[in-house]
Amino acid sequence: MSLWEYANPKKFMQLSAGVLPWVGGLTAVCLIVGLVWGFFLTPDDFRQGSTVKIIFLHVPSAMMAINAWVMMLVASLIWLIRRHHVSALAAKAAAPVGLTFTAIALVTGALWGQPMWGTWWAWDPRLTAFLILALFYLGYIALWQAVEDPDTAADLTAVLCMVGSVFAVLSRYAVKFWNQGLHQDSTILKVGEKDPIAPAFYVPLVVCIAGFVLLFVLLVLMRTRTEIRARRLSALLARERLA
Amino acid sequence: MELVVDKLAVARGGVTLLEGVSFALAPGRALILRGPNGVGKTTLLRTLAGLQPAVAGRVSAPPESLTYAAHADGLKAVLTVEENLGFWAAIHGVGGVGDAMARMNLLDLRDRRAANLSAGQKRRLGLARLLVTGRPIWVLDEPTVSLDVASVALFAGVVRGHLAQGGMALIATHIDLGLDEAAVLDLAPFKARVTVGSGGFDEAFA
Amino acid sequence: MRALLLRDLRLAFRAGGGFGLGLAFFLLVAVLVPLGVGPEPATLAKIAPGILWVGALLACLLSLDRIFALDFEDGSLDLLATSPIPLEGVVAVKAFAHWLVTGLPLTLVAPVLGVLLNLPGPGYLWLVASLAAGTPALSVIGAFGAALTVGIKRGGLLLSLLVLPLYVPTLIFGAEVVKRGAAGAEVSVPLLLLAGITAGALALLPFAAAAAIRVNLR
Repeated sequence: MSLWEYANPKKFMQLSAGVLPWVGGLTAVCLIVGLVWGFFLTPDDFRQGSTVKIIFLHVPSAMMAINAWVMMLVASLIWLIRRHHVSALAAKAAAPVGLTFTAIALVTGALWGQPMWGTWWAWDPRLTAFLILALFYLGYIALWQAVEDPDTAADLTAVLCMVGSVFAVLSRYAVKFWNQGLHQDSTILKVGEKDPIAPAFYVPLVVCIAGFVLLFVLLVLMRTRTEIRARRLSALLARERLA
Repeated sequence: MELVVDKLAVARGGVTLLEGVSFALAPGRALILRGPNGVGKTTLLRTLAGLQPAVAGRVSAPPESLTYAAHADGLKAVLTVEENLGFWAAIHGVGGVGDAMARMNLLDLRDRRAANLSAGQKRRLGLARLLVTGRPIWVLDEPTVSLDVASVALFAGVVRGHLAQGGMALIATHIDLGLDEAAVLDLAPFKARVTVGSGGFDEAFA
Repeated sequence: MRALLLRDLRLAFRAGGGFGLGLAFFLLVAVLVPLGVGPEPATLAKIAPGILWVGALLACLLSLDRIFALDFEDGSLDLLATSPIPLEGVVAVKAFAHWLVTGLPLTLVAPVLGVLLNLPGPGYLWLVASLAAGTPALSVIGAFGAALTVGIKRGGLLLSLLVLPLYVPTLIFGAEVVKRGAAGAEVSVPLLLLAGITAGALALLPFAAAAAIRVNLR
């Protein structure tokens, strides 16, 4: 049995219906444990005080903002190559979720930036890149909404997603070139070098990241199921008009 | 050189309209397509012209042998009759602009801008384009819309001349062109049946 | 291909073709910004590179929806799609025609507007060079956006929303060239990056745009 069988809408609905409660439960556990631990059971930073605790929202949402786009790119490629409708609908379903994560990353960044840098907004390359990413999400969602025929919309948005990905990466480096910035480098992947994050923060942060990944999976599954139902409904209506 | 359509199925907006359409068109022959509105004539012709993919079946024709003419004539309002026609002749790399204008009775209008043509004159200009494509298979969607009786006869003569030179024509029309030699294909029997639970891979969307 | 280029140019220059609107818009931007910002030469000199590039970019944006929409409406695009010219070639030629009637004139008049905005002396050469290297990318990226939105009625606003984020790298490197040029600094790095984006866009986007048009025609 091949993996592609789950691209069958019926199979996908069956499987996702079974998986959904588990994913939902695990998401709730991870988020509650991670956030409570992070917010209330970690020490204040000696320099940043309690403001540092916003990383438990900021870092996971920023990671998922980018990962959601990557997931959309992969789903778009699968749609263009193998023409599986579920894949196109999953990409469509992921976009508003990705945009929301981007918005959370920007807002929490502003809340953190105010006490730390003394300003709500700085044209820092990382912030600017996220703002541009939000524009890409907006364009992608707007194109889905503007095109009536669902297959046409799926094709056009998939092409936009591919081209957009290239330009998003280009923008990221262009922005870096344009301004060196205030934002610290990402530290999360440097763990093991010389412990840039204290273990007291690190463990709850990882739990939070897992929670956000699960939340993303949960939301995308739910929204894809909705999209499939909507497609089925419009197909039934079209069939009824013909009959 | 032959146009062969084999068990073709075509769809519009995700709904299959026609299925199992099969016919062959030999040089010098014309085929008139008939059928009620919405049966899928335009969709079938666009599929044959390669503008949209077929759902199933096969169309075989020599490469770059088809030319398509539909409701929109592809005319530019600010260009003159001769410029409009000259553009399409240049795109297809053939000449004969003067001859095409003469045959569609456009010589008197050659320097007039397309914006100032009547609907029927525009139509004649749009059909004159067929003559400068140099392509043997004409795929025509309601070519006689807004033409008067004399122009219909003129156009029928042009089609007949094209057939006499070994050309082919596939015409969707409700009006009798006076092409008595043309075969007629009624599309109504090919109307796709609504299938419930076809069991296909993407069944949920069918 | 030549016939298509000549036709597009002819259409642009004849009445109602919209040639000159982009230039007029560019001029308006160069006039309105000092009115809004104030006449201080030092301030204007500082923002001139950015204003000129943003102005050129917006002027380019104005005429993008005409690239394919008119041909789509009157059926020409169907006929071009069935013609011997590959659709990728159609896109490339139309983007080139768009550049000839917008990007090139913008490049040529930009130094004059640079005077209005008090652009420092060494900046003029780099202003022209950066626009010459960057505006072809604006046209071809715009053609891609126009191809995506060709089937949508009143797609102009959506077109802007899709295209402007794609313009970001070109804008950043283009304005950077002028900024550095005006300050007498080394410009080769941003200029080469700008030219690289243009070359990449010219090479790849006609294929993406042609694919989008095929989807929109069916």
